[in-house]
Amino acid sequence: MEIGLAHYLTVAAIVFTLGVFGIFLNRKNVIIILMSVELILLAVNINLVSFSVFLNDLVGQVFAMFILTVAAAEAAIGLAILVVYFRNRGTIAVDDINMMKG
Amino acid sequence: MTPFPDLAPAAPEIFLAVSALVLLMLGVFRGDTSTRLISYLTVGVLLIAVVLVLTGAGTKQITFSNLFIMDSFGAFMKVLVLLGSALSVLISIHYIEREQMKRIEFPVLMLLATIGMLMMVSANDLISLYVGLELQSLALYVIAAFRRDFAKSSEAGLKYFVLGALSSGMLLYGASLIYGFTGTTNFSMLASQFATHGQATGHAGIGLVVGLTFVAAGLAFKISAVPFHMWTPDVYEGAPTPVTAFFAVAPKVAAVALFVRLLIEPFGSMVDEWRQIIYFTALASMVLGSFAAIGQTNIKRLMAYSSIGHIGFALVGLAAGTELGVRGVMFYMAIYIFMNIGTFGVILCMRQNGRMVEEITDLAGLSKTHPMLALAMLIFMFSMAGIPPAAGFFAKLFVFQAAIEAHLYSLAVMGVLASVVGAYYYLRIIKVMYFDEPVEALDRTISGEVSLVIAGTSLFTLLFFFFPAPLLNGAAAAAASLFAAG
Repeated sequence: MEIGLAHYLTVAAIVFTLGVFGIFLNRKNVIIILMSVELILLAVNINLVSFSVFLNDLVGQVFAMFILTVAAAEAAIGLAILVVYFRNRGTIAVDDINMMKG
Repeated sequence: MTPFPDLAPAAPEIFLAVSALVLLMLGVFRGDTSTRLISYLTVGVLLIAVVLVLTGAGTKQITFSNLFIMDSFGAFMKVLVLLGSALSVLISIHYIEREQMKRIEFPVLMLLATIGMLMMVSANDLISLYVGLELQSLALYVIAAFRRDFAKSSEAGLKYFVLGALSSGMLLYGASLIYGFTGTTNFSMLASQFATHGQATGHAGIGLVVGLTFVAAGLAFKISAVPFHMWTPDVYEGAPTPVTAFFAVAPKVAAVALFVRLLIEPFGSMVDEWRQIIYFTALASMVLGSFAAIGQTNIKRLMAYSSIGHIGFALVGLAAGTELGVRGVMFYMAIYIFMNIGTFGVILCMRQNGRMVEEITDLAGLSKTHPMLALAMLIFMFSMAGIPPAAGFFAKLFVFQAAIEAHLYSLAVMGVLASVVGAYYYLRIIKVMYFDEPVEALDRTISGEVSLVIAGTSLFTLLFFFFPAPLLNGAAAAAASLFAAG
């Protein structure tokens, strides 16, 4: 069986869905949310790189490079905010993030 | 080898970026005692950038390999963003000194976020859109959590970060689909591709529509439109008040500008596809903004729902999808930033015994203890409710007029009804200020910068009625430039 564009897109769609569900269904730990965010960005990168190869066009890979760089900065800021939060509250359980009711 | 890009169209951004680095160095060498100096310099730098934007405005220029566009639409929105940021920095000076947030990074982070917003307004490619958006968002996550020793502020930062990251992810997934189904990320090339393939007459590919929907959802998060509004009340309540003021104006204007440019320029021929999304979002935002605000007791939460409602009204103009509609959106955002900054200035004056208070009932009897402050708040509340002759009335008038001309009668009628419901909670604040007995008077000391901002914005809101021409003509010219290109 030939592995074609559709297979890559399916993998990316599944990873993206896992990431989104990871953010909403998880009630335990904020770190898992950060991991889910990385999963979403990974799915986007799979999409972009496979489209780039399929279209024979480099822009998709350039875009993927930008996303990788920004994702690193985003993770750093997310962890920093998490450390500040932990110092204030002594917990990072998702269920405890409820000082303000939304 | 590619020729060196023309830097002139990006002069305001380059100037701001260099200034941000210089101010950061200055702050590092002189320490946190120089926060006030750096804040004033930041305001000055932002005002110089306004001048640079205005001198560079005029004809449409594209540079950096078609990644960056500068036109009258961009110039109008950039001036709004820069003024919103400058006023936010100005009202934060006194607050950060009182609340032990006096660190030099604060104005510099606001400056960096502003550069990101200008990049968003000028984006002509999905890549530059993303980079500008992230530069803005990363700086905003940090300033939301800036009161490090205050649990509510760090919780607001965390919530904003998680939902902001999710929205960026959705936007990117949509961008990857658009790239895959068209083969380009450039706005100009997308527009010409749709024009030649006759996507306007036939139906667009399903993959493209899914991609556009994801991008629209990601941007709806950034402008806190329903159904992606749930972060707004929590973040507005938890973040330090000047930061909330900043969140309510500058990023909103930039994200609305980006939304308008994206939908009108590259996807202008797909108006039938995206109009349904904007129609629903606008309607839901107006209704939710009006009804959910009724039960609020915290004034910052109330302002959050109020801003959701205002975004709904602005999107009515976008749903029309016409030049008149875009003019309405731009005009609405211009009025919106002035009345919002003014209201937050009044909220910043709410102190009892040196401590910030945020309940609406704390305003009771304000007319007896602080008559001028109560009068300013009265003007802002009338303007937000859309009662003539305050400026907010004209803002609503133009978007509804555009909706009527685009035959969106039901949307316009629902909008007017929602603004009637909204008037209830704005008038309730006036009732509390003027007719309730004061329980405990607010402190007398009001910082000079805040009173200056309140005076300026309230005069603008009140007297706009007498000289509407400059703003109206500016918005009309800017809207025309967007449609001339497409």
